Amino acid sequence: MSRDTIFQKIRSALEPIKEKAAHPGFEEAMLISPVRTAGSPVEAFSRNFTTVNGRVMSTLEEVIDLLRAQNHQVGYCDPSLMETLGRPLADAGFEVRTEYCRENYDDYDFGITRATGGIAETGSIILDDAHTSDRLAALSPWVHIAVLSRAAIHPSVPAAIAHLGSSRNIIWVTGPSKTADVEGILIEGVHGPGEQIAFLVD
Amino acid sequence: MIDRQPIDTYARQISDEKQTSVITGSTASTDKRFNALFTDYADPDSLRKLAAKIKDHTLHHLDTYLEQAEASLQRNGVTVHFADSGDDARETVLNILRGHEVTQLTKSKSMASEEIHLNPYLIENGIEVLESDLGEFIIQLDGDEPSHIVRPIIHKNRREIARTFQREGIAEDYNDDPGTITRRARVHLREKYMLAQAVITGGNFISAESGRLVLVTNEGNTRFGMAPSKVHIALVGIEKLVPTDRDLGVFLNLLGRSATGQQLTVYTEFISGPKDDSQPSGPEHMHVVFMNHGRTDVLDSNCREILRCIRCSACQNVCPVYRQASGHAYRSPYGGPIGAVLSPLLFGDRFPELADLPKASSLCGACNEVCPVDIPIPDLLLRLRDKAKRAHIPQPGDLPMTPFATLATSPSLWRTAMTMSKAMNHLPIQVAPVRPLQDWLGQRTLPDWHGGDFRKWLKARKEK
Ligand code: SF4
Repeated sequence: MSRDTIFQKIRSALEPIKEKAAHPGFEEAMLISPVRTAGSPVEAFSRNFTTVNGRVMSTLEEVIDLLRAQNHQVGYCDPSLMETLGRPLADAGFEVRTEYCRENYDDYDFGITRATGGIAETGSIILDDAHTSDRLAALSPWVHIAVLSRAAIHPSVPAAIAHLGSSRNIIWVTGPSKTADVEGILIEGVHGPGEQIAFLVD
Repeated sequence: MIDRQPIDTYARQISDEKQTSVITGSTASTDKRFNALFTDYADPDSLRKLAAKIKDHTLHHLDTYLEQAEASLQRNGVTVHFADSGDDARETVLNILRGHEVTQLTKSKSMASEEIHLNPYLIENGIEVLESDLGEFIIQLDGDEPSHIVRPIIHKNRREIARTFQREGIAEDYNDDPGTITRRARVHLREKYMLAQAVITGGNFISAESGRLVLVTNEGNTRFGMAPSKVHIALVGIEKLVPTDRDLGVFLNLLGRSATGQQLTVYTEFISGPKDDSQPSGPEHMHVVFMNHGRTDVLDSNCREILRCIRCSACQNVCPVYRQASGHAYRSPYGGPIGAVLSPLLFGDRFPELADLPKASSLCGACNEVCPVDIPIPDLLLRLRDKAKRAHIPQPGDLPMTPFATLATSPSLWRTAMTMSKAMNHLPIQVAPVRPLQDWLGQRTLPDWHGGDFRKWLKARKEK
């Protein structure tokens, strides 16, 4: 049995260590970067999110301009966000579907889903499975629009960890999907979105 | 003839082109790391020291934390397995796959799986395996080995990759623009992701308290691979634990910054179990395989600090020897200083064969300075050199000291040798009896030899 063998080996390896290191303990403040958290959480979030090549938006016009400029037409919208963004976009002439059909994952140019939170310090959005209608809808389209409530922005990484919650799957997304595998050159939109948008609401 | 160390031989064989790729890549990563840490923190050193202490504490209580992690994972609905040897780990993974009738899967980059050569084993056993990380995918197409912990194809340039894509039919024509290469991979890979029945990942951390498995990627490949999969298998070294979720903050702050100069890696995923009723999608079965594969031997050695390693590659990037020799010279999945310490320890039965690695260092100390968990790598290298000496493992490159000792203890022999040595000014370098010395002389011109002159001068000197 590997389990017993491993535990036995660990215990016999630890046996000769006379002084076992204690957990050092730490103040959260030590982990927080003063430069990155300067200003209000919304200000810091916007600044840091932009640094990682995300785009912060808060008006319908900004979204429409970007989608038009990049020639996007078809998208998915979480049904509960239809009022906020889905219907206005449909009125502006985009095709907005409220069902994400996995077989046709390549049909969608943009996906609108809910972010459960944000992290100001790092410019990250938090997606929690229990509140994301479909993981792939936030991943497969070229443009992902995360609707984020300003009040849900945590000031720092330690604060976000303290509020992880109980969902079985939580993901922090810090900018568009990227790689530097080819000669160290930064390319965005590898497997996930090439455009990551945080749409701030109250 | 005293021969070169194997690592020198490798270093001499790599092409200038590859060497340029490696040097440019690793230098850039080192600079980014420095900027990220020193812009963000007034005293990043204190963070490294803190992380080191937390890891030491965890390792010194590994039995307790491993048991706690097992219980937490089980509470979340995860099936936990233990694998003592590499063979055990491979069989365990295969059995899980057979149990779920999986024939096709995607795998995201995992050093643990590289250690035990999981891919070829699964493929031999009839399972279709697709590496989902772009770099690893290209490695797979080329039948190559990764040469860097974080950037597996740091040794390849865009032209090689473009040729591979054309050869493998991923692209119809040759195009070496990195953007185009990536776009083509995107189209090709997502189609494959959607067919996978299972996904195999590693694990960057597991919190013993909550059983959360933390995975970080930049590309989003892991998450994509997970979308259609019914089964998720995480193969994780037993040393990857941290006590609590709160501790995760310390390590996440250091990992991205040390690896690529990012505050956080793009996708930081916390997975605590298989899909439950609150989730619309996700794998229905989750297995964690805790792998030992030599780690308890390391824990039992005087080099146990190396188990703190969080595989960030900062030591690799900063190392002058790695930059010259590239990762393959280290003949294991771990290149650079981390590999020089870890590989001879982890692959215990290969110790004699890898015992030259700890000598491939000038002990400049840069690796320790950048290490986010403050591993005293130079000290560990010395301890391993000592181990090789005690085990009487003869090394290419070891200078025979006996002739020197004889000369140095006999004044008349010494005198003769010094005078005779003037002949060296006229001899071709090929007659130097030591290959490393030949290499060295090949690139340098020595001043003329003046053996014996000092003694002459001393004798002729007048007392004042
Ligand atoms: S030894 Fe330290 S610097 Fe090197 S990879 Fe491990 S954690 Fe990073």
